[in-house]
Amino acid sequence: MNWTLFFQMVIIGISTGSLIALIALGYTLVYGIVELINFAHGEVFMLGSFFAGTVIGLTGVTSENSTFQIVGTLLLALLASMVFCAVLNAFIDRVAYRRLRNAPRLAPLIAAIGFSFILQNIAIYWKGPNPIIAPKILPKEFTQYNILKRWDIFGGYFDDKFIRFMAKDVMVIAITIPLLIAMTWFVYHTRIGTAMRATAQDREAAALMGIDINRTIQVAFLLGGSLAGAAGMVALIYNSSARFNMGFQYGLFAFTAAVLGGIGNLFGAVVGGLLIGLIWAMSDGWMPTVVPGWGAQWTNTVIFSILVLVLIFRPAGLFGKATTEKV
Amino acid sequence: MAVSSVQARTEAFFAERKSESNDRLRKVLIGLVLVSLYPILDRWLGLGLLGSLIPILMYALLAMGLNIVVGYAGLLDIGYVAFFIIGAYAQAFLTSPNSYFIRNGLVPGFVQNFWVAMLFSWVLAAIFGVLIGAPTLRLRGDYLAIVTLGFGEIVPDFFTNAAGITGGPRGIGQIAKPPAIPLPGDRSITFTSTDHFSWFYLLLVVGTLTLFVITRLYDSRMGRAWQAIREDEIAAASMGIPPVSTKLWAFALGASFAGFAGSVYSGYLNSVFPDQFQFSISILVLSMVILGGIGNIYGVLAGALIIGSFDRILSIKLTPPMNSLGRMISDWPTPFGNLGEFLARHELSSDRFLIFGLALVLVMILRPGGLFPSKQRAAEMQGDDDNFEFDDYESNQTLRAARRKEA
Repeated sequence: MNWTLFFQMVIIGISTGSLIALIALGYTLVYGIVELINFAHGEVFMLGSFFAGTVIGLTGVTSENSTFQIVGTLLLALLASMVFCAVLNAFIDRVAYRRLRNAPRLAPLIAAIGFSFILQNIAIYWKGPNPIIAPKILPKEFTQYNILKRWDIFGGYFDDKFIRFMAKDVMVIAITIPLLIAMTWFVYHTRIGTAMRATAQDREAAALMGIDINRTIQVAFLLGGSLAGAAGMVALIYNSSARFNMGFQYGLFAFTAAVLGGIGNLFGAVVGGLLIGLIWAMSDGWMPTVVPGWGAQWTNTVIFSILVLVLIFRPAGLFGKATTEKV
Repeated sequence: MAVSSVQARTEAFFAERKSESNDRLRKVLIGLVLVSLYPILDRWLGLGLLGSLIPILMYALLAMGLNIVVGYAGLLDIGYVAFFIIGAYAQAFLTSPNSYFIRNGLVPGFVQNFWVAMLFSWVLAAIFGVLIGAPTLRLRGDYLAIVTLGFGEIVPDFFTNAAGITGGPRGIGQIAKPPAIPLPGDRSITFTSTDHFSWFYLLLVVGTLTLFVITRLYDSRMGRAWQAIREDEIAAASMGIPPVSTKLWAFALGASFAGFAGSVYSGYLNSVFPDQFQFSISILVLSMVILGGIGNIYGVLAGALIIGSFDRILSIKLTPPMNSLGRMISDWPTPFGNLGEFLARHELSSDRFLIFGLALVLVMILRPGGLFPSKQRAAEMQGDDDNFEFDDYESNQTLRAARRKEA
């Protein structure tokens, strides 16, 4: 058994997992409030990637520029794609889901599926059907910079043959963790966050207490969209490419994560995201060395099987409260 | 007095229903005659569209099957392609000399005939419908949708990855065609890929049979049970309708028709490979059902015709005139770029996703029952369950008819 590879995959899994957690939070936030599986969420994330790429391209900053400019551009792109996706998500809610709020539950879901296809086609119009390559903004030594090797306290114990903890892994985590903390603070410590939780528990009672339901739901869509936008920007830099159909896979994996953690549960979405990221990395990289005949092509099957099995046997997920309504 | 009034109402109700169904039968027959005359018209006018109509008929078969699940029983299945691919591969496994099962002598000779294999694929798809449905149909609507989506991804993935049995991404070729039907006088009806005539009529016969079976099912005890479950599962269950087995029947029958369509499809194309069976097929068929009129089989057929003909005919035929229009206006700057240049280069077939998506969104927002709604479904999709008024509507109609009769 190859422990080096195992730990390497743990690192990759945590990076992709925190990305998935960001997207999964968008599903869970919206589901918690309006009980809608926002099928178009993955596509919002994908468009966020495209938008971030465009913004970086427009600034014209490349890896040749100074560190200050590079970091500034990355932050600008992050902010821009967060705003873009937040507005896009809220816009979809405004034109489609809000009109269907009193319709049978399947109506908004069907509209969401429709929107996911519309957004994919818009992405094809925008950037074409082939993968787009991310602008080369990170210096080469930065993407291949093995932090463990350079860190003095380990005294050169780790070389590149052992685990590589890349600077870009640090970037993913450095962006994700503050966002998660900010989001938790927002939901649990602000007035509008309290309104969101109240609306999630009982919409009518919340309305009777003077909460503007439509505005609160809109905030949930804005919040979910902004997290998807951040994830989109990070994914673009991390994978250094993006494609019009990447929202489907990421979206479904994130949805699986949300379901695994208990949909509607913010903490569950984060844990679920990390778990799915780990499973993804293990199945892609480590399992082929352990299970004969295993290959990365089985990853989708594994994750969708998890989705199906969790929904059948434990629809409340790992941390969700069991409600009779779900089954 | 009271008794006779009730009797009169009941009689009037059934008389109305009967005249309605006679009326409908007449329309269906006229429609069928028109469709079956189409190949002659096509040859006469030299349209050359017959080959494109065959996939459209195939879509119509799929849409009718999905309508059982989504329209009649109210179960949103967005992984319907799973059963389509199972039917297609079943046909390939049973009839292609390249298949793993035939090479290992596991398929008896008589099954290797197109028609027999078609029946087997039909049954096999239904069995898979039960296998997939049995554990999942307890789930509530949107969860069920996601589970079906999961299966819609897992099944084609399996056919891609289990290369030892399925031939992997390259798939299986040399699938049997229907044996030639001999005609008097040395001629015969053959079914090669270029025999559009015979495939068209084969599909028309299969489609008519399917239509007949499904309309009969809808009016049967089972059909009414589906509608009852769809309207209110708890109420239906307390009236003695077993929810899970009723849903399972809908799921299995819907699956069986997809398997049926899959087997004909693989016979027509002569080969199957997993890339033909993507998520977009599920959504394509779903958008036909929803655009046409969810729960109304004639509406669904119309939806299949509209979306299918955009997908297979219009998008191809309209692209050259649009491109030349674009070249003509050549320069028309808009905020999004040059319109003339866009029109000159654009291919309508790349708008497929947009069209499916718009069909779903616009129908849901503007006309939830679809273009040709079934009466019940339209009422149901319009408002929330609390002020559902179909029952009032129908009993008023019946009352009115009874009063007319008494007067």
